[in-house]
Amino acid sequence: MPTVEIDGRRVEVEDGLTVIQAAERLGIEIPHYCWHPGLSIAGNCRMCLVEIEKQPKLQIACNTRVVDGMVVHTQSERTKAAQRAVLEFLLVNHPIDCPVCDQAGECKLQEYYMDYDRQRSRVALADKVRKRKAVPIGPLVMLDQERCILCARCTRFLDEVTKTHELAIFERGNHCEVALAPGKTLDNPYAGNVIDICPVGALTSRDFRFRARVWYLEETPSVCGACANGCNIQVFHREGRIYRFQPRYNPAVNQYWMCDPGRLSCHELQGESRLLEVLRRTDDHFVVADWPAALDAAAAALREAPAEAVRIVASAKAPNEELYLLRRLGARLGAAVGGVAWSPPDARGDDFLLKADKNPNTQGLRALGLSPEGALEREVAALESGRVRVLVLHRTDLVAWGDAARVRRALEAVPYVVVLDTHGSETAEYASVVLPIAAYTEIDGTFTNHAGRVQRLHRAVAPPGAARPGWQVLAELLGRFEEGLELPSAARVFAAIASEAAAFAGLDYARLGAHGVPLGAADQVAAGSR
Amino acid sequence: MAERLLLRCRDIPELRRLEVYRRHGGYEAARKALTQHTPEELVEMVKASNLRGRGGAGFPTGMKWGFLPKQSEKPVYLCVNADESEPGTFKDREIIEDDPHQLLEGILISAYAIKCHLAYIYIRGEMELGYERLWTAVREAQAAGLLGKNIFGTGFDLDVVVHRGAGAYICGEETGLIESLEGKRAYPRIKPPFPATHGLFGCPTIVNNVETLACVPHIVARGPDWFRSIGPEKSPGPKLFCVSGHVVKPGVYELPMGTPLREIIYEHAGGIPNGRSLKAVIPGGASMPVFTPAEIDVPMDMDSVQRAGSFLGSAGVIVMNDTVCMVWALLTLQQFFHHESCGQCTPCREGTGWMHTVLERLEAGHGRPEDIDLLLSVAGNMMGNTICALADAAAMPTRAFVTKYRDEFEEHVRLGRCPLRAPGERRAHAHG
Repeated sequence: MPTVEIDGRRVEVEDGLTVIQAAERLGIEIPHYCWHPGLSIAGNCRMCLVEIEKQPKLQIACNTRVVDGMVVHTQSERTKAAQRAVLEFLLVNHPIDCPVCDQAGECKLQEYYMDYDRQRSRVALADKVRKRKAVPIGPLVMLDQERCILCARCTRFLDEVTKTHELAIFERGNHCEVALAPGKTLDNPYAGNVIDICPVGALTSRDFRFRARVWYLEETPSVCGACANGCNIQVFHREGRIYRFQPRYNPAVNQYWMCDPGRLSCHELQGESRLLEVLRRTDDHFVVADWPAALDAAAAALREAPAEAVRIVASAKAPNEELYLLRRLGARLGAAVGGVAWSPPDARGDDFLLKADKNPNTQGLRALGLSPEGALEREVAALESGRVRVLVLHRTDLVAWGDAARVRRALEAVPYVVVLDTHGSETAEYASVVLPIAAYTEIDGTFTNHAGRVQRLHRAVAPPGAARPGWQVLAELLGRFEEGLELPSAARVFAAIASEAAAFAGLDYARLGAHGVPLGAADQVAAGSR
Repeated sequence: MAERLLLRCRDIPELRRLEVYRRHGGYEAARKALTQHTPEELVEMVKASNLRGRGGAGFPTGMKWGFLPKQSEKPVYLCVNADESEPGTFKDREIIEDDPHQLLEGILISAYAIKCHLAYIYIRGEMELGYERLWTAVREAQAAGLLGKNIFGTGFDLDVVVHRGAGAYICGEETGLIESLEGKRAYPRIKPPFPATHGLFGCPTIVNNVETLACVPHIVARGPDWFRSIGPEKSPGPKLFCVSGHVVKPGVYELPMGTPLREIIYEHAGGIPNGRSLKAVIPGGASMPVFTPAEIDVPMDMDSVQRAGSFLGSAGVIVMNDTVCMVWALLTLQQFFHHESCGQCTPCREGTGWMHTVLERLEAGHGRPEDIDLLLSVAGNMMGNTICALADAAAMPTRAFVTKYRDEFEEHVRLGRCPLRAPGERRAHAHG
């Protein structure tokens, strides 16, 4: 284990670590553009040049391995002079169009200029090399060649991670430019990642650009709900509105990346079909109701029906806390609880991040003993038996997911239907009471991903309209059957899961951390349900 | 040195033909090497000869070979750098075109020494004649059993492939060459790892210059002591000097390493014609710092030229008389480096173009007083800060020209035109 001294501080690190990584251990940031921990080392930007004792030339910290006794100076005059020089070179042909650049506020050129350069330009604007601007190179990505610093992060991502090679560097010297390879368009399902890793305004998001200045946005860590992979994300939002998802590093799940469908799923979460009101059916139309009255009505219906005539359906779109409370409600009433995990027929996965299972919590469903196998047919058949008097549908759009005509007929035969969901649906048309609940970006809670990793959701924005967190709604409903029930937070619900559900035994909500914790019995859960 | 070795082709007609080459002792050194020596002995022999690379950097050849891993599961490759494109340099071309078997014999011995069974000759794309003559020579050697399987009955196999470049100076940088050979854009690689361990296709690789390899048969035939006795001991051997510019007899001269620059210009190349006087000379190809007339009493070997503040480089001696404008000369060089920078590293990509722009306005008489120090500052910020030596190759001449001929640069600014031509007179630029 070599010991290295950086700026007078010593740190012992494992073999093979580079200077840039060792400095990170000490909390010392060595500025860099081309280096990215998820990509190969290119060493081209030269921003990380540092002075190392006994080496005549400055060395790039990204490609220099630490050896025992190495002494590094990141603040010496030689290092600082090199940083100033590189930044000046990077700006020689840069258009300095920050006022109209969407990267402003999260641009490494801006940041490093302020931190390391602050010189006046020695180049006349008229002498700058002109290149193409605002070139759409795919459905999600806009290219500005003048702002590009040729760090080759994007081309390395497309060569090494997706292996799709859509972008390449053409020409030579200061005429170099990133452009599409002949006949290609940047449309692979991971294309959006090049926007995140581009350190400057060369690659911007056609979905996000010009919609918000990033310094106005708040960030909340969460987990993407678009499929079972559970990619860790950062939710960017302002005043209750989500503007974008970006991947958040999790070495066990998605490393630094996420897919484009997941990235764009933020829009559907706040689409026009969101349920904003509590509704009760009177005769042939819905009227707006208040929460206590609606819950009282639902509870009354449940109470009046014989246990064997009550059926509860929970879907894998729900977080663990909601599934648990539904299961507990069923147990309390003596009613059957079924679990459904539905994905569109054309759903596809791949060998990277995208999973064919488009539900974020199928493993959570299984871990709580609600096997989704054959569930849809089982539920429809149960309704067709004519014995169901009260049906609770939780985030379950039976009409859309099953044979629509058959499901409609079956639903018509059920006297009382409680629908809890985020979005309106044809299924909700059959409801006696509609309870609007929060989307996963609006609540605290947990999802269990395809590999059985339990990961934390954090409330980024408030639920729209009258919608409320599902766990809260279900706890209040359950409270109408359990005297003195007290579940005031998602954390408390999770604690109940951990103490009652064997698969979750030993898990502590407060200790799930930023990267989640695998279910202890995840393997058996998966095997048992197969 | 009266006897010509590397340029024997000038004394023996048709030496490029295998039959003629063999009649004059060709491939006997290779036979001796393969039948009487182990590879290890040959590496030691080349180390003992003090042969240093003729491509420009002057790295000891035997030491480079010694960096190969002793045991490797992977094949070892020899890449012959025939991408001769340093401005002012045209020595390898003569060997390739008129004595290709000398090169192939050097390749054969060297490949045997480093246990390589497939050698690539990467030849500059413009050298079409050389490309054809190399392939002809390779086919002749194959037909004669001098390449292919079981050479000289020793069980040693070697194939040689000739590969044409596509017109980029940077392909002469050894890792740029390797990338290009792999079918990629010729971006020089970051080091470490070095080619000796991770070279062509990730395998142990040696890259040697044409002239370097051409020396090897002579070292085997006459022994390392003989080689070391020619010129200074630390940088010995016969050497090809390319003399161009304002001399009576421009051309390639084979002379002992260490021949004084003054002797090369005034004796071998016949001096400056038309009664003109010497103004500047670049000793080692376009990348190397220029000498003033006061600096030409320097022995032309690697260490002596370096002590004098420049480098022997590729031994491309570019002679300029008193009619040459130094601003224009530097502009011409920087136009080249700007055009040839691969664009990978920030300081080189931006610095070469920036210097070019500043020099264009200086030469045109639109320069500002601060432009002169700006050139020095940009060159200083490029030096030593990039993956390969191209940035240094552009920065070093700038520093030398501006420092040594500063008054001429200042005169351009002061007059608003070139002092060496009449007002309004246009100068023919390198690009026409």
